[in-house]
Amino acid sequence: MIDLDDLDRRILRALKEDARLSAGELGRRLELSQPATWRRIRRLEQAGILTGRRVRLNHAALGFGVTVFLGLKLATKGRVSLADFERAVIAIPEVQLVQHVLGLYDYRLRVVARDLADFERILRRRIMTLPGVGEVESNVLLSEERRAGPIGG
Amino acid sequence: MLSLDDTDRRLLRQLQAAPELSHAELAERAGLSAGVVSRRLERLERLGVIEGYEALIDWRALGYAVEVSLRVTLDKAAGNAFDAFIAAARGIAEVDEIQTFLGRVDVRLNVLARDMQHYQEIYRGRILKLPHIADIEPLMLVANLKVSESLPI
Repeated sequence: MIDLDDLDRRILRALKEDARLSAGELGRRLELSQPATWRRIRRLEQAGILTGRRVRLNHAALGFGVTVFLGLKLATKGRVSLADFERAVIAIPEVQLVQHVLGLYDYRLRVVARDLADFERILRRRIMTLPGVGEVESNVLLSEERRAGPIGG
Repeated sequence: MLSLDDTDRRLLRQLQAAPELSHAELAERAGLSAGVVSRRLERLERLGVIEGYEALIDWRALGYAVEVSLRVTLDKAAGNAFDAFIAAARGIAEVDEIQTFLGRVDVRLNVLARDMQHYQEIYRGRILKLPHIADIEPLMLVANLKVSESLPI
């Protein structure tokens, strides 16, 4: 594991805001030379800290008006193959996130849908028919805030 | 809703699958010319369909091995419970996501910690001191099985 200094944290924060910033632009903001900035970015990539990028799309503009978080329990632990369940849930295109968790539920899912009627269809036809699925709790997302996290300044 | 044609959708699908590609590479995958790709991406950004690009950070590589999803129910008897809770939660550096919901859960906080001891410190020292908590329920992340955040366009 590598130690980060304040400049590294500022680089991570800036790239989390805009992954397309060039080393030159980033360097100007940080008052660092372009080659020095580039070396730091390379080092963060090689350490496996910067793993890639994601395009942020406007859900509503593309017709996806609803995001729902699901907590899901397996009904028959031991009798159902986790691998079968996981393969099937990952393959659902509307399911954006699948996390295996410990606690009240076994899995957390993030699901996008066009509207609540569309969500109900996905829930009934795709989620409730998964092998081994038990109790499901749905919470409809109202607002979301992504923060810098521990690299915040 | 905006008027997007099949070419826009094809381009957005390719972009979601590989946001790090150059316009020339995207053009090849989408079967378009690089000029068409540049013009269309520019338009999609202007329309706000593409909101931006963010770097992905692997928190485990940064030494944050513990990730916990805290499902919070608030005491709604206090009129400003949501605002006061969220404003205070923003002050905790280890919280990287804050979401509000319609459902059994009111607010969800995603907490990153270096290890269980660190998590315990954050939980006891910071989280439990947040205002208006009626109930709090942790789900501890075991494994991310799918993190795409792609829209099924």
